[in-house]
Amino acid sequence: MDHDIIKFGLYVPPHPHPLLSPGASKGYQRLRDAFDTCRERIENSDADLIIVYSTTWPSIIGHQFQANPNSEWVHVDDDFHYLGSMPYSFTMDSVFAGACVEKAKERGLQARTVNYDAFPIDTGSITALSLLNPENRIPATIVSSNMYANRSETIVLGKAIRDALTEEKRKAVVVVVSSLSNRMFTEPIDPSEDRIHSQKDDDWNRKILEFFEDGRLEDLSQLSREIHGQIRVQKVVAYKPAWWMASTMGQHNNYDGEVLAYEALNGSGGAIIQLTPSVGSIGDKEFDEDDVEYYRGDRNVLDQGGV
Amino acid sequence: MSKGEIVLGALAPHPPHVVYAENPDQNEPVSEGGWETLRWGYHRLARKLETIDYDVMVVFTPHWQTYVGTHFLGVPRFSSKSVDPVFPNIFRYNYDLEVDVDLSEAMCKAASDAGLITRMMRNPDFRVDYGTITSCHMMNPRWDKPIITISSNRNTHYYSPEVMIEQALALGKACRTAIEDSGKRVVLVSSHSLSHRHFVTESPLPEDMSKEHIYNHSQYVWDMALIDLFRQGKMREAIDIMPEFTEQTIAETEGGGLVWMMGAMGMPEYPAEIYGYQSVIGTGNCIAAWVPHSDKREIVL
Ligand SMILES: [Fe+2]
Repeated sequence: MDHDIIKFGLYVPPHPHPLLSPGASKGYQRLRDAFDTCRERIENSDADLIIVYSTTWPSIIGHQFQANPNSEWVHVDDDFHYLGSMPYSFTMDSVFAGACVEKAKERGLQARTVNYDAFPIDTGSITALSLLNPENRIPATIVSSNMYANRSETIVLGKAIRDALTEEKRKAVVVVVSSLSNRMFTEPIDPSEDRIHSQKDDDWNRKILEFFEDGRLEDLSQLSREIHGQIRVQKVVAYKPAWWMASTMGQHNNYDGEVLAYEALNGSGGAIIQLTPSVGSIGDKEFDEDDVEYYRGDRNVLDQGGV
Repeated sequence: MSKGEIVLGALAPHPPHVVYAENPDQNEPVSEGGWETLRWGYHRLARKLETIDYDVMVVFTPHWQTYVGTHFLGVPRFSSKSVDPVFPNIFRYNYDLEVDVDLSEAMCKAASDAGLITRMMRNPDFRVDYGTITSCHMMNPRWDKPIITISSNRNTHYYSPEVMIEQALALGKACRTAIEDSGKRVVLVSSHSLSHRHFVTESPLPEDMSKEHIYNHSQYVWDMALIDLFRQGKMREAIDIMPEFTEQTIAETEGGGLVWMMGAMGMPEYPAEIYGYQSVIGTGNCIAAWVPHSDKREIVL
């Protein structure tokens, strides 16, 4: 079952404000409080690993897994350098990173570990790991987001990570670092007046949050191309976080969802969401998005509740 | 004080592979060479720069990406290590460089006066991007001149290539005004490739030149069309086809470097000096220079 290898999944924003300036606005503080709640939930779970998929770490040569057992440096954000420096010291699980690479290669992907002194870990990963796992209580790895990868490659990447979790008998919390709508204000703003960039972005974000709240991860995965067209600045080929999250956690809609916070971060949609694999919740979902490997005839939807 | 001026503007691509291939003391990984056509072109340009009197190099880089305006380096000295997040296996470079903060501030103010959103970067922990370091290392390996880096605002994606061009031209003009008022002699550096589709695999030996070629023929044809305009001194036309070029070749021109430089140099109508063209992991890279003083201008290739 999913909950044997995945305790739960988190979706968190990439911008540094909840770490560096939570007091600058009520919204940033609510995001920070939600991060703190998630930190406690990780501490209270028996997870032994955190896997971060960061949309702010692009790669070109396949998929990169952070494997430096002690990743240390002082990072400064490209845009928000005036909010302060971000010193970090993270414990990475180099053995698990290596297992992910092996499994990714078995599934036809180009992949490698990176283990270099002074490697520039990205703002989103630093914010997430600093707030969710401040004492390095459990080790982590970070996986890059390949610039050219589209749906099939991203789905296979998630499956490879599941392979590694299963084989290594690990219990992971997976963390997706990504905005919802990602259009920021391009002029300086007063943080206390921060808001979602447009009504349209806000409407779409709230619709996505409804899906998350209902645990409909696979439905969101299926909606990814629409989301990309509607509320994503076209910086990369596709909106990939839901594909990766679904294939890593399990491609179905059987989750308990909770939106812990939803706030603007310089105009972008910043949400903190928890998804926990579930065995119940039959009745309000169609359960028509199984990741089918063999056709076994028509399904009785009510029998498919406990995916 | 005499009027400052731009003494040379260079298109200086920054694949970290060329620094890796040079094996300088500052870079940790060791190579067996590679990409000689680009490197020898850079050597030739570096030799020319030694004959030109200049005070500072001003670099526009697509690897310092800002969404809230254009930012300028504002700390007098940076000493740190730059590790390329995409190619960490070949680029881990220890740098120690000086910044001309006075001119940086003057350009920031001039751009702001022209209506652009700007900000000075004052955080001493900031890591200078590997694009700046690669272009500057190849053009002046002695690092004996101060530099300034200007970030690339992401207008192309946020708005359109046309908006990017308008803003980059305005930024270039503002920088020129600040340079003239400063009395300094300045080399401009537009740090980027042309066509920019990469291979997503790497050979076991990255410098294995038997594996290196342009990603596809279309990229090559587009690159050559643009370089032909450089040779003919038709920079207005080159900027006019930039949106199409950038879209067709997913070119690194999207950051605005070349447009900014042409804006600062008043859209040259004289031929560029061409120092080389070569692919790096599939992308198209041209080293070219525009030299305002005709007595310093050469036919290189
Ligand atoms: Fe680049």
